Amino acid sequence: MQDRAASAVVLELRDVAKSFGSVVALRSGSLTVERGSIHAVVGENGAGKSTLVKIVAGVHRRDEGVFRFLGEDVDFATTAASKAAGIAVIYQEPTLFPDLSVAENIFMGRQPRGRGRRIDYGRMYDESDRLFARLGVHIDPRRPARGLSIADQQVIEIAKAISLDATLLIMDEPTAALSGVEVERLFAIARSLRDEGRGLVFISHRFDEVFALCDHITVMRDGSYVSTDRTTDTDVDAIVSRMVGREVAELFPKTPAEVGDVVLEVDGLTSAGVFHDVSFEVRAGEIVGLAGLVGAGRSEIARAVFGVDRYDDGAVRLLGRKVPAHNPRAAIRAGMAFVPEDRRRQGLVIEESVARNVGSVIRRGLARAGVLTSAAENRAAGPWAGRLEVKTSALDMRASTMSGGNQQKVVIAKWLATEPRLLIIDEPTRGIDIGTKAEVHRLLSELAGQGMAILMISSELPEVLGMADRVLVVCEGRITAELDRAAATPERVMRAATRTSAHATAAAADEQKSEVTA
Amino acid sequence: MSDTLLVEPSAQPAAARVLGTLLRSREIAIGAVLVLLVVLTTLKSSGFVFSSDGWRNLLVSPALLLILAVGQAVVIITRNVDLSVGSTLGLTAYLTGKVFIASPGMPVVAVFVIGLAFGGLLGLVNGLLVAYGRVPAMVITLGTLYIYRGVFLSWAGSDRVNADDFPQGFNDLGTASVLSVPVVMLIALAVMAVVGYYLRTARGGRELYATGSDPDAATLYGLPVIRRVLVAFVLSGALAGVAGVVYAARYGTVSSGAGSGLELQAVGAAVIGGVAIAGGVGTVWGAALGAVLLITINRALPMVGISDFWQRAVVGALIIAAIVLDRVLAARQERQLVAARDLARREPDRRKAGTPA
Repeated sequence: MQDRAASAVVLELRDVAKSFGSVVALRSGSLTVERGSIHAVVGENGAGKSTLVKIVAGVHRRDEGVFRFLGEDVDFATTAASKAAGIAVIYQEPTLFPDLSVAENIFMGRQPRGRGRRIDYGRMYDESDRLFARLGVHIDPRRPARGLSIADQQVIEIAKAISLDATLLIMDEPTAALSGVEVERLFAIARSLRDEGRGLVFISHRFDEVFALCDHITVMRDGSYVSTDRTTDTDVDAIVSRMVGREVAELFPKTPAEVGDVVLEVDGLTSAGVFHDVSFEVRAGEIVGLAGLVGAGRSEIARAVFGVDRYDDGAVRLLGRKVPAHNPRAAIRAGMAFVPEDRRRQGLVIEESVARNVGSVIRRGLARAGVLTSAAENRAAGPWAGRLEVKTSALDMRASTMSGGNQQKVVIAKWLATEPRLLIIDEPTRGIDIGTKAEVHRLLSELAGQGMAILMISSELPEVLGMADRVLVVCEGRITAELDRAAATPERVMRAATRTSAHATAAAADEQKSEVTA
Repeated sequence: MSDTLLVEPSAQPAAARVLGTLLRSREIAIGAVLVLLVVLTTLKSSGFVFSSDGWRNLLVSPALLLILAVGQAVVIITRNVDLSVGSTLGLTAYLTGKVFIASPGMPVVAVFVIGLAFGGLLGLVNGLLVAYGRVPAMVITLGTLYIYRGVFLSWAGSDRVNADDFPQGFNDLGTASVLSVPVVMLIALAVMAVVGYYLRTARGGRELYATGSDPDAATLYGLPVIRRVLVAFVLSGALAGVAGVVYAARYGTVSSGAGSGLELQAVGAAVIGGVAIAGGVGTVWGAALGAVLLITINRALPMVGISDFWQRAVVGALIIAAIVLDRVLAARQERQLVAARDLARREPDRRKAGTPA
């Protein structure tokens, strides 16, 4: 115990590698976190940050490399083992038990116990209240976790991690869904934990946050360690160029296209608790980007437009004709195509062949007297897959064996076969390697050039700014800004994206106060 | 307001909260249906309750299924299902007979312990196959349903255990009463109380709910998912074993068909009682009430002159209605909770109410 307590280094990873089958997720990850410091890990999607986190958390086991915690070699086989050792992790995506109460979600497995080893519910609720007060939010600990907004779910994850009283706290993009006030609170807590001598790891895409909070910054690229610096010794430009390893401008080759007539018209779309009074239009040849925080309601708006989800009020028109609500088939017939965020689960029949996937939405058109032949499917799929340069040796190959980039192209090919007028695409390059990313961007740009209207949702700000002719910013289910290409700067988009009610009221109150004192 | 109870339960006084939750619970609804059923049937034929036989049957008949439903509820809460309990019950009942034939002087308590252990062992086999084989529980336990029954058939053949094979003290257990409540029912109620208490107040019990609510989240959380699933199946098997001993005491005769089909009734009882088939939701009280309702309906319907065909149809309709009701209520609750986000946004002051100065 003496040695453990004396160790100045909380976490040490050296040349850690992890592969899943033939896919290398982490080539050589290195990270050294000292006591009493906050260490940022940055890198593009797919750089291996999350894999690194999951190895430390005991979700995955490393294939090779050194993994030391508090100076001792460790190898966590389960999440329980890493938790017991004193590691708390806030995962990128909240993992809650929807049927259980908020308090139980925080304290599951270590509920406060009273006499006779019975759970002391009263104390559990009180402690939850205290945690939320510390975080400056109000969530009823007795309510079920079901139906909470992403931001509130993230707050619960944070409360859970803090209550663990861990030596090492890892936060994997904890702020993606949080408003300004909540982020400030989190940072205050992170600093106080640092001052108590704990180690913290902070993963984020927002550089202002990284530089405001962290002492050290480690850059990763393509599954490998690149560099570690003190934040005071470096700047955003240096970090970004190390992250991408090339000029940013090369990535997003949107070419200007002639903007034509209105294709999609959305008018006053409302769904209680999800989004409100959403109105916008998309013209032919135009790429419109929907930007905003995770959980702001962008995907939900897209799903409602396409008819996957219900909406309470408002109308959707395509080429001037009303599209019936909650009816994806009618939306497809009207000329819409939808590439969902989670393509493995929603966009592809993973165990089916490429040809069958491409043909799946136009089956009816392909079928002869109700019989669908593989030959007909292959005939229909061939030209599309060829055009998109899908790298599968044969159309018979299973979609599950392809890379993320190629899968995405298959999904797009599938929809192009319906010859849509409007393409809605949610996170077009999530989890796609950089080379293929540019190809997907080139493809979208080309499609717009041919007169297709494209509505693109993306959480990657550079992608939105590089690709979109017009940017709509969504915040808490409302469109808070509409910026054309020239006006869309990262600062403007982020300001509109975090313009929360709590934030706004606080700012308004401050203004009033200053007026009074003046 | 109903929304407040859902979104901000703490804002209400404790008594109102407890009362509100109770009134909205499935247990109360099933209880009310049960009382109504008993009252209506008694009006039609007063012997249903008000005869010594009627009263006894009302309480004795559901006891077996009640024990099975409690075990089944625990398994379903972990997002699994145990279809082998009918076979386990039959096999244990026969074993009970064989134990008494081999050593007639065996104390009754020891026989219960043997039944409990033997059933638990069969449950452990289920649990190991489900937890480590990563095959859906429905497939595994459908397999063991036939395997356990097959073992029973080849062991017993056309042989059967009769009441003469049991000591008098054991046979009496099936008919004895304490304060006019049959002992068999007391055993069932004790089982329900112990398991219900565990599920509510022990960490392990709550982890069963968490495991069923989202198994992946439970793994990420570091909960011992495999151990909890094992516990659930061992418990279900052990209770089926206890039910087997009770079966032997109550009927006196055990042939190789004993307990056939009871597994589906147990699942039906749990579902009617509000245990969600997708896991994470429900109580053993609900499952117990479901079991009593199921048995009582089967006894009441002939008395009010409804034919056998319609009796089965009514039970089927009840199960479907329970599942549809679950879905509708869950969807409505989710919509209310989602819509309540607007409320929280409109009242930022309240969101910041907990802010320390």
